[in-house]
Amino acid sequence: MMDHWQRFKASDLFYDFKRDKVAIVSFAVFVLLFVCAFSAPLIAPYNPYDPANIDIMSSEIPPVWMAGGMDDYILGTDAQGRDLLSTMIYGMRISIVIGLCAVLLQAVIGIVIGLIAGYYGGKLDGFFMRLADVQLSFSYLMVAIFVSAVLQAAVGVGRFAEIAVPFLIIVIGLAQWPQYARTVRASVLAEKKKEYVEAARVTGFNSHRIMWRHILPNCMSPILVLSTIQVANAVMSEAALSFLGLGMPVTRPSLGSLINAGFEYIFSGSWWITAFPGLLLVILVLAVNLLGDFLRDVLNPKLYKG
Amino acid sequence: MSVLLQVEDLTVNFALRTGDLTALNGVSFALNEGERLGLVGESGAGKSVAGFAIINLISKPGYIAGGRVLFQGEEISALPQEAIRRIRGNRISMVFQDPMMTLNPVLTIGTQMVETLQAHRDIGPSEAAAIAADKLRKVHIPSPEKRLRQYPHEFSGGMRQRIIIAVALLNDPQLIIADEPTTALDVTIQAEIMDLFLELCEQSRMGLMLITHDLAVVSETTEKIAVMYAGKIVEEGRTGDVVRSPRHPYTQGLIAALPQGEHRGTRLNQIPGTMPTLTRIPPGCSFHPRCPHVMAVCARREPASLPVDYPGGGQGVVACHLFDPQRHDE
Ligand SMILES: Nc1ncnc2c1ncn2[C@@H]1O[C@H](COP(=O)(O)OP(=O)(O)O)[C@@H](O)[C@H]1O
Ligand SMILES: [Mg+2]
Repeated sequence: MMDHWQRFKASDLFYDFKRDKVAIVSFAVFVLLFVCAFSAPLIAPYNPYDPANIDIMSSEIPPVWMAGGMDDYILGTDAQGRDLLSTMIYGMRISIVIGLCAVLLQAVIGIVIGLIAGYYGGKLDGFFMRLADVQLSFSYLMVAIFVSAVLQAAVGVGRFAEIAVPFLIIVIGLAQWPQYARTVRASVLAEKKKEYVEAARVTGFNSHRIMWRHILPNCMSPILVLSTIQVANAVMSEAALSFLGLGMPVTRPSLGSLINAGFEYIFSGSWWITAFPGLLLVILVLAVNLLGDFLRDVLNPKLYKG
Repeated sequence: MSVLLQVEDLTVNFALRTGDLTALNGVSFALNEGERLGLVGESGAGKSVAGFAIINLISKPGYIAGGRVLFQGEEISALPQEAIRRIRGNRISMVFQDPMMTLNPVLTIGTQMVETLQAHRDIGPSEAAAIAADKLRKVHIPSPEKRLRQYPHEFSGGMRQRIIIAVALLNDPQLIIADEPTTALDVTIQAEIMDLFLELCEQSRMGLMLITHDLAVVSETTEKIAVMYAGKIVEEGRTGDVVRSPRHPYTQGLIAALPQGEHRGTRLNQIPGTMPTLTRIPPGCSFHPRCPHVMAVCARREPASLPVDYPGGGQGVVACHLFDPQRHDE
């Protein structure tokens, strides 16, 4: 473990990181938000899921520095009387969980398909890459709208709220696997020609082992860079779907559904219900994207964007 | 002495858009247990293809079009892929030219060695690590236990080639096929690596098939020589015999081109012309356009492989019309 840390400290990646202020700041912001999100029950002033904390009488209270603000609610409350700060922290946790899980799903599908397509080539490759083209030619929003409309009609809105998290993970996960498949395939095609692969075959390793143990680890830098971009994309996609009312319900809001819920109240003057979650979403996505840019510049991989 | 490797009439084609290209054309040779054979020829002669064809690892668009390979009496060219896979890296190992490229850059030497052992044997990691360290010691790498934890980029070229040889030795093979093992290295290191091969082969009676374009390397290391030209073996015999009194005009040209003794540094006596690309092999003997002894028959008929005697009493095989007793100058 110490050994790995020493090795990392001596690496080019760490050297470049130390000299890049934007990377350091965005990394710090991301870690801070991540830690906050996952320690939500510890740091949030209230539990927004607990009906005991919800008092409709205290709805739409403005932030503490505005006239009518209360010390108990730093960023004010939303239309249902929940503390906005607490709701945002919990909401960010949902956004991050959905984003990470969706990317994990994309990565698993995309890496397996990309490895197989790139390594075996031929008809298999043709089939999977055409499948990827077809997948990308559908707007995932259109598909998501269709599927969620059907699901909501089939299981009822109440039941749908319960399955919203896995539903969003699957929709966003399935929509974007081709980015991984294309990137991995391109790397595999380049790696496959290298002599260490030939040497591995000469050593008597089977194809399975060569693919997973020898080629895949050499494709990690493009995968890493793509993953940061995809996490930012997935968080945005989740927000978009929730904003359209196809994602998380207001009772368990993500950042997107908070923005949506507050939207109606903008014109009645309660701008903060939408503005603060929106700002948090922008900061989160920006931090991840800037980290991705840094990694892309340092690792300089060939990427295939959809 | 029993035969270790016997290659009979091995033919490899590449299916290209423009038609089939024959990279290996009826190649035959044999190697006894513990013997060292040098396969020499210009670049593009088909030497590497021959090496891969022996372990049945010709990748598309290439395919083995004919012939067979016997290893310790077993016809390995007829084995299913799964069975031949168990021979590769186990009973037959291969070493390549570029030590930069043959090791996986993201895995430690130890990991790669342990996995190579475990691919063929059912042993635990600590036992495998002990064997790996032992093999590193055999190729004279100091403090092997420490080396096992390092990555390929932490070694010099010569060291890396030693490691690759240690990897090849892991499962105690009976045959090592070394494809231009020293071509990418400095001259001084070349000699060290060849000495190491000699030492290892003699220690454990291991067969060596040394593939190189460098006749000088072969003449110092091997007991037998096979000379390849445009996918065919044109002369085969004991190294001393062939180097001292080459029979085939092509071999004669190669020997004359060797820089040696007082001629070192002077302009080399090179064979005029270049080897034909395999898509445009001339009819008859493929060497005839460059041959100083060319006859009318050479452009018409392909020469058969004929037995020849060398002055010292040694025997060999040569594919040239000059040695055909039945040749009536048509
Ligand atoms: N993958 C391939 N596709 C087409 N032709 C090939 C391929 N590999 C080898 N060849 C043909 O085989 C010939 C011999 O190649 P090779 O065995 O690598 O020569 P060398 O004697 O230098 O090792 C080449 O000149 C080329 O024409
Ligand atoms: Mg070669």
